[in-house]
Amino acid sequence: MKDDAGTLLTLAGYFAVMSLFAIGGANSAVPEMQRVAVEVERWMTARQFSDIFAIAQVTPGPNVIIVTLIGYHVAGFAGALVATLAMCGPTSLLAFYVGGMWERFKDAPWRGALQAGLLPISIGLIAASAIVVASATAHNFVAVATTLATAVVTYTTRLNPLWIFAAAALLGLGGLL
Amino acid sequence: MTPEEFNDAYALCQFLPGPNVVNLSVVFGRRIRGAIGSVVALLGLMGPPFVIVTLIGLIYAQFGEIAALQRMLMGVAAAAVGLVLGTCAKMARPLFKDRLGLAPLLALATLVSVGVLRWPLYWALAGLIPLSIAIAWVRR
Repeated sequence: MKDDAGTLLTLAGYFAVMSLFAIGGANSAVPEMQRVAVEVERWMTARQFSDIFAIAQVTPGPNVIIVTLIGYHVAGFAGALVATLAMCGPTSLLAFYVGGMWERFKDAPWRGALQAGLLPISIGLIAASAIVVASATAHNFVAVATTLATAVVTYTTRLNPLWIFAAAALLGLGGLL
Repeated sequence: MTPEEFNDAYALCQFLPGPNVVNLSVVFGRRIRGAIGSVVALLGLMGPPFVIVTLIGLIYAQFGEIAALQRMLMGVAAAAVGLVLGTCAKMARPLFKDRLGLAPLLALATLVSVGVLRWPLYWALAGLIPLSIAIAWVRR
């Protein structure tokens, strides 16, 4: 764990820029977070990243909380704070100003094109985040089956995912994956 | 806020970059009480999870390598991937109403470039976003 100013600046720079490209939400930036944290900066292993991803999904609250965990892992409490502010700050300002003029463009034709054009991109990015984390988790048959079963249950039912997480944790504890 | 206003703000925050719920809290806070409203909504949304997750980060740093915890996290991570896949599949349903099949193709191109080829996000999006919006504009 490092907490020098250089590391904090690096964290802030990565997340501030990344947030502006997170089309469709925080999960859309997960492939880029993994690329930076595991491959470029080597802050953590792919397994540690998938742990952090799992913790962020289980914790109540917005998914963006994954950056808090990455920041904490890299530079302790200061890192957690810097990463969270960098990920939320620029886009909050954007939302604040755009939110003020949004209604004026209610019927503008470009608004529909923008929304329709960004939807496939955001879906592709979210699917990519699943694939990227799966490359660290899908290491045996039971793990793949757990992933697929959770996907099917999520798609077809409204079951609270915490039940699935509890069952998956027990499977893991039993040494099955 | 009326239901229409809320839906409108929600639509805005779906296409603004960054964490959707965070953006929504800012827009919502602004409607209620201006800039102060936004700050308070943001703090209310992020404060408690920030504290909880920092504590979890502390625990993980201490005990993350314990075998039993490691095995449990493996299970939860596998399920978390499934949760994201299932949610993504739900969101993708409207894409398949596209009769030319261009929308699913654009989603697939994004998935492959960012998720499989592991291109930096910016390179991939610099090409894909203008292309996708141009296609939507032409077909509007």
